Amino acid sequence: METIVEKSLEEQFEEKIANEIRIEPKDWMPDQYRKTLIRQISQHAHSEIVGMLPEGNWITRAPSLKRKAILLSKVQDEAGHGLYLYSAAETLGASRDQMIADLHSGKAKYSSIFNYPTLSWADIGAIGWLVDGAAIMNQVPLCRTSYGPYARAMVRVCKEESFHQRQGFEIMMTLCNGAPAQKKMAQEAFNRWWWPTLMMFGPKDEESPNTEQSMRWKIKRFTNDELRQRFVDMMVPQAEFLGLTVPDPDLKWNETKNGYDFGEVNWEEFWNVVKGNGPCNKDRIQTRVKAHEEGAWVREAALAHAQKRAQREAQKQEK
Amino acid sequence: MNMQKEWPLWEVFIRSKQGLDHKHVGSLHAADAEMAIQNARDVYTRRMEGVSIWVVESKHIHASNPDEAEAFFDPANDKVYRHPTFYEVPAEIKNM
Repeated sequence: METIVEKSLEEQFEEKIANEIRIEPKDWMPDQYRKTLIRQISQHAHSEIVGMLPEGNWITRAPSLKRKAILLSKVQDEAGHGLYLYSAAETLGASRDQMIADLHSGKAKYSSIFNYPTLSWADIGAIGWLVDGAAIMNQVPLCRTSYGPYARAMVRVCKEESFHQRQGFEIMMTLCNGAPAQKKMAQEAFNRWWWPTLMMFGPKDEESPNTEQSMRWKIKRFTNDELRQRFVDMMVPQAEFLGLTVPDPDLKWNETKNGYDFGEVNWEEFWNVVKGNGPCNKDRIQTRVKAHEEGAWVREAALAHAQKRAQREAQKQEK
Repeated sequence: MNMQKEWPLWEVFIRSKQGLDHKHVGSLHAADAEMAIQNARDVYTRRMEGVSIWVVESKHIHASNPDEAEAFFDPANDKVYRHPTFYEVPAEIKNM
């Protein structure tokens, strides 16, 4: 009897997916769908939170008050994006404390791009332009992902993300139009960030175990390789406009496919950083854990204060 | 004192401008209502998305059961006569 009911629930679910009807928190869903989403959304949230670190360390060193205000605002947005996403993951039954514990223990992953260092101010430009550009490419299709709360969070994120990319492009443009030393800074930052940015789209399709199921459930709308190709096609003309050279000797326009051919990503480096051996993996998590631990007394005090106030309020009512 | 570890969860509703309803936008954690409203301002209205905020502790929200949605909303389904298009109006009749 039970198996019949189960099957019909699964059929209803598949029907909704096929008809582009969003799945909402209390709807029945396969366990694996729930697990996949919790993993993806929490990793996405962690990426936003850890993403604040490489940029945060340039806030005090931004070259002008205007740049400082913009960067501060961008970093604040990243915190907001992390919070939208954590709250979307919580609608699936994940607990905030558990997600944060998993980030700190290294059990949960975040985007490897944030394990690279920001050596000069030009890196802040390159991050906005390239990294946020790649994030937009990944995130726009997620506005139509099959899980309602995730899709709605992504709509808000995408609205805010486009300022991030533009401010980065503007930093790059200013440097490229500046003194030769500034132009050199921009080129060096571009060289540092180009390949890691291409890695942001994830492993090659044939080595991405989750892609097929995620596409069937319409969590993902495009494969990693499709998005990577689009990104290259979009960015090369922008780099040319800036007068920057793409650090890829194999980059070549391919008339037949109406897109660029480009060199092979260094997958060994990619997997190495994923496994925790990138230049900043340890530093990022240490900084996160330190901030969390040093903030513990604030969280406890706020809760104690709220409880005391609630008690006082209750006593007043009794009188 | 009974110290729970996690701050409670709050649902956030925002009125985007005068004349419109408050609309659910998401949730957040806060120790009390006052902090929930301040956090909601910082998380959900960084670009003037709202002129008014409501917060409700999530545990106070009661919801209909989606598994029973079909039966639950069924009574409205077969009463086409509740819609104006059910009625035939001669072409000569204007303004109806």
